[in-house]
Amino acid sequence: MTARERIAGNVAGYVDDRTGAAKWMKKNLTKVFPDHWSFLLGEICLYSFIILLLSGTFLTFWFDPSMREVVYEGAYEPLKGLEMSAAYASTLDISFEVRGGLLMRQIHHWAALIFMVGIVVHLLRVYFTGAFRKPREFNWIIGVGLLTLGIVEGFLGYSLPDDLLSGTGIRIAEAIIQALPLVGSYLAFFAFGGAFPGEAFIPRIYTVHVLLLPGIFLALITVHLMLVWYQKHTQFPGPGRTEKNVVGYPLMPVYMAKAGGFFFIVFGVTAFLGAVASINPIWLYGPYTPGQISAGSQPDWYMGWLDGLVRMAPPLETHAFGHTISWNILIPGLILPGIMFTGLALYPFIESWATGDKREHHLLDRPRNTPNRTAIGVMALTFTMVSLINGGNDIIATTFHLTINQMMWFARISIIVLPPIAFIITKRLCLSLQRADRDLVLHGRETGRLVRMPNGEFVEVHEPISPEKAWLLTSHEQLAPLELPEHDASGVRRPAALKNKLRNRISRAAAVAVPKATETERRELEGHH
Amino acid sequence: MSNEIEQIKDPGLPAHVHRSTDTDPKAAARAERQVAILFGLSAIGTLLLIYSYIFVKDDVFIFIPVMGETNAHQLGLGMGMAIALFCIGAGLIHWAKTLMPDEEVIAHRHEFRSEDDDRSEFIKTVKAGASAAGLGRRPLIKRTLGAALGLSALTPLLLLRDLGPLPKDDLSKTSWKAGTRLVTDPGDRPLRPEDLEVGAVAQTLPEIAPGEHRSLADIGKDAVLLIRLRPEEFNLDAERLSWTHEGIIAFSKICSHMGCAVALYEQQTKHLLCPCHQSTFDVTRAAKVIFGPAARPLPQLAITVDAEGYLVAQAPFTEPVGPSFWERSS
Repeated sequence: MTARERIAGNVAGYVDDRTGAAKWMKKNLTKVFPDHWSFLLGEICLYSFIILLLSGTFLTFWFDPSMREVVYEGAYEPLKGLEMSAAYASTLDISFEVRGGLLMRQIHHWAALIFMVGIVVHLLRVYFTGAFRKPREFNWIIGVGLLTLGIVEGFLGYSLPDDLLSGTGIRIAEAIIQALPLVGSYLAFFAFGGAFPGEAFIPRIYTVHVLLLPGIFLALITVHLMLVWYQKHTQFPGPGRTEKNVVGYPLMPVYMAKAGGFFFIVFGVTAFLGAVASINPIWLYGPYTPGQISAGSQPDWYMGWLDGLVRMAPPLETHAFGHTISWNILIPGLILPGIMFTGLALYPFIESWATGDKREHHLLDRPRNTPNRTAIGVMALTFTMVSLINGGNDIIATTFHLTINQMMWFARISIIVLPPIAFIITKRLCLSLQRADRDLVLHGRETGRLVRMPNGEFVEVHEPISPEKAWLLTSHEQLAPLELPEHDASGVRRPAALKNKLRNRISRAAAVAVPKATETERRELEGHH
Repeated sequence: MSNEIEQIKDPGLPAHVHRSTDTDPKAAARAERQVAILFGLSAIGTLLLIYSYIFVKDDVFIFIPVMGETNAHQLGLGMGMAIALFCIGAGLIHWAKTLMPDEEVIAHRHEFRSEDDDRSEFIKTVKAGASAAGLGRRPLIKRTLGAALGLSALTPLLLLRDLGPLPKDDLSKTSWKAGTRLVTDPGDRPLRPEDLEVGAVAQTLPEIAPGEHRSLADIGKDAVLLIRLRPEEFNLDAERLSWTHEGIIAFSKICSHMGCAVALYEQQTKHLLCPCHQSTFDVTRAAKVIFGPAARPLPQLAITVDAEGYLVAQAPFTEPVGPSFWERSS
């Protein structure tokens, strides 16, 4: 036994003497995690969250969250002598007078963008592989909650420097609050401590941004990870992998080293971006005043889709009985996002209701084998992408020499036409891929070798695929559609008939598939050759 | 599907293939050196950071291709930090991938559902607990508890009431009154019609007494845009035409959609465009919405000149400025 091993043993003993954790630790230190690059996406979110906490704490030491008016006397010449809020002035000081301050600001902003990208791509991975199915619905809902809070948290952080761009964003948020029927003006006045912009909102959103939301994040992320730990990670199908096992590497030491190393890599890449890629240069925008604006006002990307929806809304307002309802704000700003996020959160339950599948699932789906789910996902993604593109319509119009009207009409039409088209194309593509899988199993892979037959015919030689590959392509199950009764024994339509009919129809659509190849078929074909 | 159809079988976990570092001590020693080099590079990164922090002044700029003129202090700190962190990570992962065991391990899963006995015991306990509390048998307690809890939820609502004043008619009022002079923003100079050439635009605010201070909330409602056209270019009814002065027309600068500053004026088309959501207003037709999500024209301010020849408001705005709200009547 080396000295080092003896020390490690002593530490373990010391901990166990005081906590009795030996049994639990023994089991969990060797816990097995399956390996796949897409399982790193969630890790990116976790690590950028830690980077956000570290860089954010650094920034709070110098940031002054106050709207007190000051005259700027700092290092940045063009703004000298200008009246501005203490919040904006202190952000300038962080950028120009604190050594490493600009680097930290840029790391913080880049980490926020990476955090949001990570969440969205992680969500897509979980969605398209069906990792949200029983027993993981809780974690799906927590994830949707983290996405929603992330958008809010990012927006608040973007608003804190009180520059012209961020103030404009807050102005728009205020207009959404103000548009609420009945309570809008009251809520807006309470939130802003009076008429917009007032002098209260920077200190208020500061508390929410640095204390309240990070606290909730920490709690939700902890539960999210504990559930992953307790329920064990899902794995992709393949030889030797079943619903009853986990194939992978043990936590200690392989996963500790890989995950720890990956944290440093994410941090290093974020620091690199902070070092070379300028982001949110607030000194160029100037301090916020409601009477001014800069052309090409753009939110961060995770708010862009929302802004794009607002931009394409038709000019609808109802004036009746001395009151106003702004549909042009309420529909794109609240109602549509509300439907989108509710639908997202409830998706696992909707799918299990439609397919009648109430079993546990630990093996992931290949997206092609669930054409309906994949097509719904691509449809939703198309909707969001059109909105996102329209959120930058002014930039795109000037870049590609289009008019803003062309861009807007393109978006207004596409948002209705493209999602259904995307659904149909995706479903067709999935079925084609299933057919290709079937061909591959039955006829083998094309080798590219041409052989001339005695009769002069040229044929390509096919080679059988490996048993591992054949298993991968056929191991999924193909659900039969539900056959719920629409009539009772005496032929009378049951009260639940309509609901059953709907479920039958959805599950029939979900069950459309190319029959997977079987050993029997393969043998029959071999007999022919 | 009949039972005779045979599915393709699971061939089981493929045999493990050893890495060269498992079989060749030389390869293992090489991997060890590579990991050490990565950790060494990380140390160099931190040294670069320390050097930049102490010795590179923050006003030194160097030329870097693609990036252009770049602040050397900032770049040194950032690159030092990036190299230091990235190389630690790369070293750890290289170590894990080449030298730590790479044999896949199989662990077993168990269904989360408990044994039937445990489940029924659990359900029984919950039921027994609930009935022991006796909430169902004591409706008086149930109802009063519900009422008390419901009522106590009012406390936070009540305590949050002082977050801000009631809106009253604040959203409908601006500082403009009959006779208020229009002054430039910035600069606070009163304007005469001849200060504006045809085609010119000016951003104005209501005049305030010397020493008085404008709050941002006031600017957010009072900002007015002056545009001068040739009088024959207007396409207005008689009343609205009487609100202009020698071809100068005044609109609230606060967008009727979501309150952004409507700042982009196209001289050729005489359109005002809001950069936030691209609502477009036709200046010649009293800022009628011709495109985009805004549902109402920008409110027009009636202007004229006073005895000294300065531009003034004829009257306050006749409707609330800015985005819509529930109490707005038109």
